[in-house]
Parts: sequence; C-alpha cells; structure tokens
Amino acid sequence: MKFDQPATTNPIDQLKVVGKPTDRIEGPLKVSGAAPYAYERRDVAPSPAYGCVIGATIGKGKIQSMDLGPARRAPGVITIVTAQNAGPVGKGAFNTAKLIGGPDIDHYHQAIAVVVAETFEQARAAAQLVRVNYVRTAGEFDLSKAKDGAKAPKQLTGGPPDSALGDFDGAFAAAAVKVDSTYTTPDHAHAMMEPHATIAAWKGDELTLWTSNQMIDWGRGEIAKILGMPKTKVRLISPFIGGGFGGKLFIRADAVLAALGARAAGRPVKIALQRPLMINNTTHRPATIQRVRLGATRDGKITAIGHESWSGDLPGGKPDGAVHQTRMLYAADNRMTATRLAVLDLPEANAMRAPGEATGHMALEVAIDELAEGLGMDPVELRIRNDTQVVPDAAGAPPKPFSQRQLVECLRTGAERFGWARRNPQPGQARDGRWLVGMGVAAAYRGAPTMKSAARVRLNGRGLVIVETDMTDIGTGTYTIIAQTAAEMMGVPLASVRVSLGDSDYPVSAGSGGQWGAASSTAGVFAACMKLRQAVAEKLGFDPDKAVFADGRVSAGRKAAPLADAARDGELVGEDAIEFGDLSKRYQHATFGAHFVEVGIDPYTAEVRVRRMLAVCAAGRILNPKAARNQVIGAMTMGVGSALMEELVVDKGQGFFVNHDLASYEVPVHADIPHQEVIFLDETDPTTSPMKAKGVGELGICGVSAAVANAIYNAAGVRVREYPITLDKLLAGMPAVA
Amino acid sequence: MRAFSYERARDPQAAVAAMARTPDAKFIAGGTNLLDLMKLEIERPGRLIDVNGLGFDKIEATADGGLRIGALVRNTDLAADERVRRDYGVLSRALVAGASGQLRNKATTAGNLLQRTRCPYFYDPGQPCNKRQPGSGCGALQGFSRQLAVIGGSEACIATHPSDMAVAMRVLDASVETLNPEGKARRIPIAEFHRLPGDKPQIDTTLGRGELITAVTLPRPIGGVQVYRKVRDRASYAFALVSVAAVVQRDGSGRVAFGGVAHKPWRVEAAEPAMASGAKAVVDRAFAGAKPRHDNAFKLLLAERTLAAAMAEARA
Amino acid sequence: MDAAHKLEISRRGVLIVGAAASAVAAPSVSEAQAAGADAPVLAKVAFEVNGTRRELELDTRTTLLDALRENLNLTGSKKGCDHGQCGACTVIVDGRRINSCLTLAVMHEGGRITTIEGLGQPGALHPMQAAFVKHDGFQCGYCTPGQICSAVAVLDEIKAGVPSHAGADVTAAPQVTSDELRERMSGNICRCGAYSNIIEAITEVAGGNA
Repeated sequence: MKFDQPATTNPIDQLKVVGKPTDRIEGPLKVSGAAPYAYERRDVAPSPAYGCVIGATIGKGKIQSMDLGPARRAPGVITIVTAQNAGPVGKGAFNTAKLIGGPDIDHYHQAIAVVVAETFEQARAAAQLVRVNYVRTAGEFDLSKAKDGAKAPKQLTGGPPDSALGDFDGAFAAAAVKVDSTYTTPDHAHAMMEPHATIAAWKGDELTLWTSNQMIDWGRGEIAKILGMPKTKVRLISPFIGGGFGGKLFIRADAVLAALGARAAGRPVKIALQRPLMINNTTHRPATIQRVRLGATRDGKITAIGHESWSGDLPGGKPDGAVHQTRMLYAADNRMTATRLAVLDLPEANAMRAPGEATGHMALEVAIDELAEGLGMDPVELRIRNDTQVVPDAAGAPPKPFSQRQLVECLRTGAERFGWARRNPQPGQARDGRWLVGMGVAAAYRGAPTMKSAARVRLNGRGLVIVETDMTDIGTGTYTIIAQTAAEMMGVPLASVRVSLGDSDYPVSAGSGGQWGAASSTAGVFAACMKLRQAVAEKLGFDPDKAVFADGRVSAGRKAAPLADAARDGELVGEDAIEFGDLSKRYQHATFGAHFVEVGIDPYTAEVRVRRMLAVCAAGRILNPKAARNQVIGAMTMGVGSALMEELVVDKGQGFFVNHDLASYEVPVHADIPHQEVIFLDETDPTTSPMKAKGVGELGICGVSAAVANAIYNAAGVRVREYPITLDKLLAGMPAVA
Repeated sequence: MRAFSYERARDPQAAVAAMARTPDAKFIAGGTNLLDLMKLEIERPGRLIDVNGLGFDKIEATADGGLRIGALVRNTDLAADERVRRDYGVLSRALVAGASGQLRNKATTAGNLLQRTRCPYFYDPGQPCNKRQPGSGCGALQGFSRQLAVIGGSEACIATHPSDMAVAMRVLDASVETLNPEGKARRIPIAEFHRLPGDKPQIDTTLGRGELITAVTLPRPIGGVQVYRKVRDRASYAFALVSVAAVVQRDGSGRVAFGGVAHKPWRVEAAEPAMASGAKAVVDRAFAGAKPRHDNAFKLLLAERTLAAAMAEARA
Repeated sequence: MDAAHKLEISRRGVLIVGAAASAVAAPSVSEAQAAGADAPVLAKVAFEVNGTRRELELDTRTTLLDALRENLNLTGSKKGCDHGQCGACTVIVDGRRINSCLTLAVMHEGGRITTIEGLGQPGALHPMQAAFVKHDGFQCGYCTPGQICSAVAVLDEIKAGVPSHAGADVTAAPQVTSDELRERMSGNICRCGAYSNIIEAITEVAGGNA
C-alpha cells in the first residue's frame, strides 16, 4: 500500500480497540518469567556450548602475540576463535570498528577471541588463561583536545552538517540581549538490562541466530556481509528483547562470535556479553561540546540563533546530531548551525535514544532559560513568543509547514497543570523545610519519521487473526499496539489476535529505532489487514468496499457471516507493506512536548532530588495511552539520569571508559524517581500514516535533562553547564552553613 | 573463576585448621563480595571453606553492658535488632544506607568489614593496580579518582574502603574478635583493624593469614544523638562519596568518623574536641595533611558540609 | 616515529603498564601457575525450588542463578550483570530476597527457593504479578521477575519491621509509603524506567493486604 495522500476516514477511526489503555498482551509472560529471551532458548538448543568473549585491554595498538595453549588445554574447552583462525570476517556496513579485532586493536575491550567450552564456568575460566602481548600506539581520547582538529562530517542525519539563514553574525552582534554559552555532555551508556546475547546454530550452510536485536532485517544483512554468506542463508529470531535504546540496532560481537564459535565447535553456541565488557565493547552515545548563541530584542523576540556541536568517533564514524532541534524549535530570521566531528580512539559512538536531540536539548533548552533570565521574562512565555508553525531553518520559499505543531498548547497545559505560576523567578528563594526548591521547564522536539513496513495477517478457521512481521518489541508495547490494530481492522476482540514478532522469516518491518516503530509497523499491519479484508469479502461473496468488520462478523447490507467462515476451506492470508510517499517532504512530521520538573536541593550537601515531573506530549494519535505513558516516563527517567548522574568517564591516558559496570556507571534507581505525570494532547495526524500516529519513546527524553538543570538553577542559583550536574559542581554555590 | 574445592566447616577450630592446611583457601560466608571478585579472578581461591554453619549468628549482651555481634549476623538482622536500633542508632543507620535489601540479607558482619575497595582500576584486570597485583602500578593516580581517597593514601594506592557499617563501628569503638590458625582467640580494636595502604596496598587489614573473625563487640552504649549521613550521586544503591558517622552529646561534645575518604574508616580522635566549634574546625583537624586530587578535592568541602548537616540533625 | 612500546603481561594475560617512563615489569608467572585451569570440582546439593525437591551435581563454581537457569531451566530469574549490581536475579531463599548471582548453588543445601515461576504462572498470576500487568510496571520485561520477587519480599520486610534508609528514625516501625517502597526497591534497576508504575503496582498490593 502506498501512502501518499493524507488519510481519510478508515476502520482505525472507530477506536473500539485502538486508543484504549489496554494491558500488554505479553504481560503475563513477562511477569511470570515465561517470556524467553535470546540466551534462554533451551527449546531450540538443548545442550549448547558456552562462549566467553575476551576483550582487548589497550585503547589502541596491535596484538603482538597470543598464546592460546593453556586455554586450549583447559578442561571442557572445545575451541577458541580469534581473528587469526576465524577465516575471512568482514566489517558490517553499520559498524565503525570490526567486531573481532586483531592484530589491529581499534578500542578498549574490542573482542579479540571467544573461548567455547562445555559449560559457562569452564569457558569463563579458560578465557582467563589466554595470554596476549600488545603493542600500544598513541591514541586520541580527549574530545576537548581533538575539538580544534574536528572536521565537518559528510552528512548529518536529517540534513547537511551546516545550515545558515540570514545574517547570524550581524544579528547576534546587534542583539539587545544575548546568551553565549558552552555546554558539555558526557558519553552515555545504553545500559539496557539484558546484555547483548545470542545463540547460534548452523545447519549445513544455513545459520540461525536467536539474538537480541532491534532491527531484524538490518541484522540479517549485516551477518551475511560480515560472514560473507548469502542473506537468504541467515535467519534472525528476536521475539523478546531486554531493552535496547539504540544499543541493539546493530549486530554486535555476541552474534558474530556465537556464529563463528558454533561453526568451529560444530554445535550451537551461546554467548552473553559479560556486563563489565559491554560498555567498552559495544556502542555509546558520544560526548558533545556545544556552543549556543542567542540574540533577542528586549521584548523577547529571538533575532539570532546559533548552535555549534562537536563530538568524536572512531575513524569513519558519525557525529552526534545535537543541532537538530535548533533548526526546528524557534523562529528567528538569522540562524546558523554547525556540526564538527573529531577522530577519537574511544569505543564506537552511535545512536542512543533520540540521538542528537537528547544532547541538543540539554544545551539549547538551558540557553533559552538563560535568555529568559537575561530578559527578565518567564521562560514559558519566551518559548511561546518565539513559536513558529513553519520550519524556521528552511532557506528559500515556500516555507514548509509542520503537519501538526502543538508546542504552545503543551507549554500552556503543562504550566497550568504543574502550578508553574507558583514558581519564584528569583533563584535560590524557595524553601521547603531545609530543602531549596526550584522549578524548571523545557520544550521538546523530536522528528516523526516513518519507514516502509510489511506484515502478514492470517485468518484461520477458528476465527483467530495471526499477525506476523519481523518488527520487534523492545519494551515499547509493539505486541499490544499491533494486536490492537489487527483487532480494530478485522473487527475481532483483542483475545482473537495473536502476534508473532522478530523473525526474519516474516515480512520485513520498519524495526525499532528513531521513534518510527509504532507508527510504521502498525501501518504495515493496517495495509496487510486491508488485503485480508479484501480476501475475506471476496471469499464470502461480499462487496469488499461495503463490507463491515465488527464483533467477529462481516456484514454488507443485509448479508452477514461470522468472520471465521471465510477461512472454513483454509486459511486466508493478507500480506502487504506500507510505503510512504512524499508527504514528509510536503509536511514536517514532528512530535512536540513540554517538560516540567521540580527539584529539591539539600543546602548542606547539594544533593539534588527530583520531587515532581510532568510531561505534556503532542504526538499524533496515541495508539495505547498506557504503553505510551510508560514510554514517556521511562524516557523521563533516563533524562533524570543524564541530568544528574550518568557519565562514562574517559581515562584519557589509557583510552577507555573507566566506569564500565552497573555499579560505577550509575543510572537512576527507584529512589531517584518520583511519581511522574504524563498528559497526551488530543491529536491525529492524517499526513503521517493511516494510523494518524507518531512515536513518543524518544520525544519523552528530549528536554528532560534541561528541565532538571533549569530547576536546579531556579532552586540554587547555580548554573552548571557541564553535565551531569553532580553535587561537587554545586557545592561551592550552596548557602553558608554553620 | 578458578575451579575450587568446597567444604562446609563444622566448628571454628576445624575451620581455621582447614585453612592452615590449604595455602590458597578462603573462608566464604555471605559471598557477596568474594564471588563478585572471583568471577573477575581478582580473587582466586583454590578452596572455599564455608563458615555459615559455625553458629556465629547471634547478637548477645556482654557482661560490661555492650553487645557481641556474631561474625555471621546478616546486615539486615543487625540493622533490625532492637538493641542496635535503640542504643547504637548510628550503626543501624549506616547498615541500611549500604548496598541493597538483597545484598544486606546475605552480607555478614565480618564480610562487610572485609569488603575490598570499589576502585574501578582494582576492578578492571586490564588495568594496573598495586592492590590487585603488587608492583603493577596504580591506574587511578593518573586516571579517574573522583571516588578515591583524599587522605591516608600513598604513591602506591589511593583506594577507599567502601563499607558504611565499618564507619559506624569505628565511631562506636568496636573490637573485632578472631581465631587464628593455631586456635588462639584475640581481640583487635577496630581502629587497628583496617590498614593504610603504604607500600603494601594488597593488604587491607591486620588479620593474619588464615585468621577467622568470630564476632564484633560493641562497648556499652554511649548515648547521644546518633547520625549516619551518607552522600552519593544517586539516592540509593551506591557507594558513598563521603559519609559521616556522628554521635553528638547534649553538651555538644561528640565523636565523628568519615567514610569514602580513606583506605579505612577515618576517625581522628584529636579532632573531636573541636566539635563544639563547628564542622569546619573538626574537618580542618581531621583532614590535616589531606592530599586530595583534582577529581576528588570536593570531598573536603563535602565532608565539612556533611558533618555540618549531621550536627544540625543532631541539634534538631 | 614509533610511538609504540612493548608491554609486559600478567599471569592473567593482560597488560600491566602504561608509558615506558613509568613502566613496571609485572612479576613473571611460573609455568606451573600458567599451565592451565584445574579440573572442575563437582559437588552434590539438594534444595527445594518452588516446592519441588531438586538434587543436582554441580561444578562448585555454579551460582544459584546459573543452577536455576542452566541446570533447572528456570530462566525467569535473569542475569543482568552477574555481579550484584542490578537485581534482575532476585529470588527468595528461606523467606528472604537475595541476588542469586552472588551465591553458590552448593551453599544452599536444604534451602527453600522461590523463583518468579513459583509465585505464579500465566492464568494463575500472583497478585503482585497481576498488579504489575495492570499498572504496566515494566517494558522490556527483563528486570521484571527480579522486581516482583523483590516487591513481594519488601512487603514482608516492612511487616516484619525491618528498618530502611527511608526513615531517619530507625527505632520507628516502618510504614508502607512511596518513599519506603522506593528506597527498598532500589536494588532493582529498571533501565526502561517504569519505576513510577512499579511503585503504583506495589502500593495497590500492599493496600489489598492491609
């Protein structure tokens, strides 16, 4: 199905099932421990061998020699695979560094071998016996040093690396009120709870991987490329994924080494990356240095807006797109953005939840707060005053409209619900007992991309509707919203729908990434259901255009029949893909939000505690408010982490992330997170997809950290521009104590 | 993890005797730190002697009005004991500030004292660490030291002791009771139990090889308002940046020990008379000669302000 | 220019030193030590899992978590970190919640172990499991069994009067409040960030019990 005209009324608009806060259909499996994750598939691999991955312990250099002898002779060891004995191993198109290193080492904990043994304990013990001689070479691990040599990247996702409109320099110089601030954000780890894990099994020249991956078809192609085999001989199965956040968009070492290990061992091999290895072995969100310049008239009209961002990656890598939202959020006639990429020898930088916007808002939305202070203006009002309904950054006419843009409504609704009027604009004045209390706000912008997505929907003689697509559910609620879509389309209760996901034998979906999953994958199911409805109507001899699917029955005029009747002679199948035309060129598809945060700060120790949080989101039709709320509160939680504690610390001498486990890379725990409120504004967007939906999972993180930072400033009067805002950075600005 | 043989010790004498016979044996009780380190082969025992059956799991009153805490008393039980809550509040509060509910259910009194540092270089076998591998160097000195010691460190090591419980025990003047491999009991004042790193950072305590902790005794209650204040980046389930165990008497006198600042719980008795003059006076004395590093210099101000918070709480 | 320099290796096959100027040679390893791993030591253990007696012969190195997952195929208990840093492996042993990754299976002779599978199954969920579904107290589901085992035990701990860091007054009997629950549940990390919903789920179950 081609989607190239705005949607009109369609069966989804009935909203009998879609739009309801349905419990997750896979919930009972998850809460009872019955949902099988990749490493747990004893049903497909009853007696696998176990692989233990060895990571390089230098930041950059070469392996001079490896002594595998003692490890080979260790009890239970079946085989050891290294780059030297693995045969040809290529590099995936999505990988910046090879997934098995040697002799060249590109980064710390790059995998250099896998020890395969009869048991987990034996593999782990034998891995300790592998002796490696390295020759270290100098590397660059310090972004602040590499910054000056950073170059413009070829491309930035979503546009050219630099943009300019009007006369930024002139307008900024002439502006009555200015902000010129530099912010830094550190490297962040996805730190999903399930480690990257794979079981690999070969049958002749065919390889099956039970793995934990967000993008099944990408992964299938990557495995084929890396191992030099036809894509058709690779199968990926990933029905349950213990979190991804972008860290499982790509094939990683667990999958490649399990495949190589299984080939060498002649039996299935399973591997889960050890937690202390994960952070340096896999990808992370790169650190940024960002300079934001804002110029405004005294009455708060922004006249100049400039945002420059520097990040680093391994040679051939990609930049962080921190300037994205600055091209979209506020009107101003004179503007510039610039993105520069430095070469660093740290582990591979790559996408993590809302790549670009997550870091970009951390700078821009604090700069706006600083401007509001400079103007003596309320920061909510300043944002509203500079709203735009067209893309402000697009040079040339005619301006491109946003298909929907309710930023102002988000801000106004949030301000009212949060009690923003009670905020004292004078920082450091509000107290609750001993606590210094402050409120902060930030706007949120995230694009709403869509991707081609296919599905197959089967109807069987019992009236069951079975959906098959290689789409993944990484905790996003995909199982449930797909079931809701199919139930709505076929006119059956949710209980009559089965959803099978994450298998490369199924039609290729959009996958989970970039906030495109929900809108795209349900639209693919919509398309397949339209096909199935046609087949059903034809089978029953009804006019397909007039057939109504409701309550498990199909009717047209006076004729009616149970839906199951259509499959009485055999299963009916509808398969199709949704393909998106140029509507996204005619309209800017985006989601908007506003975050409100209240913090308390201990005046003695400068410990920051988040007391209240509210997000207001405008993100198209909300397919399942319960699942969508969960996406947003989860993103808010991650935003609190990046505001207050998350930082991969770079050892700039040794060239690695020092705090590479879950004790030392601190992410928020229960005690850090208060009750959270989420409001979804009414919105349907017929230009995005037949579902009229967008995504929310990434919108939810955009701006959260800035709202926390702004609340801290309001509470304590200390402006910290270097994330995370840990207490050591606030301490000197705290009030005197006895 | 190296392969190891495993035995359950039936009585204390047999336990220390078994240990004496086996050079690479280790006692295991809660196991929450030992197994963690064994998985990384930072600890590599060839034999584990499980002491959980030795019966050191009681908390008893002593003749002089104090408490004798069995080495195997779990952190949860110690924190929940009515006498501890009433008379040694600083200890109960320190315990519940540490780790997580799950870990406290398993971790023992002796094991808590014997925790090894959480220095990230100690935990990464790919990095130099004199504590893990004597003579290999200290990665933290040139690297990341935000969590590490500001006082009492050496050129070989700036690790901190991670325990909260031990800081409270230090302020309470606890003693550690042990049994050595010859079957002889001795009593080690907590002040002498943990070492400074010097040029032998691989040695954390003054326990002899094969010596078994049997109990920790607390002297009779000292009264006062007892406060344990732990400061960290996240609100729970994290090690201290700085912690303060303070006992403040009605007349303003008191005792204070600091956690998160040194290779051992840090208490300078000579600084305590300054308590009546305020936190700064105490910290100036307790941290005289401190050698903070760029990453952790904030700990001195934090120690002062945390003590001020604790004293304010005590006054309230 | 050759910036490279050779590095010594330790007995565990990892580099030790940094720049040449500060190079320190690691002590070399005797052949005996380096010769290889010792053969696994097997030991028998018997305990009760979810009401059923299980007898196993295990490598002594096997953690309780791996015994459950790999030997007994009870994969509901999750391995998130294997180092006691996440709580995904939480099970209830002899009435108390513990991290099953940080205890050896052979140390639980005669123990009574309850895993998530023992609390309830689809179709017959434990009230806490049902509350997690109702309040959407999870996303990816990987930390969920640990959260639920922990939550069940937390309510018992509060009932038993075990103090927590949430209350400054350790002599007072703890109550079921959001702050108490948040503090006590902090050993269970949920990176998906469903905390707010989890606390609502537990609160509902606690209310039902009261």
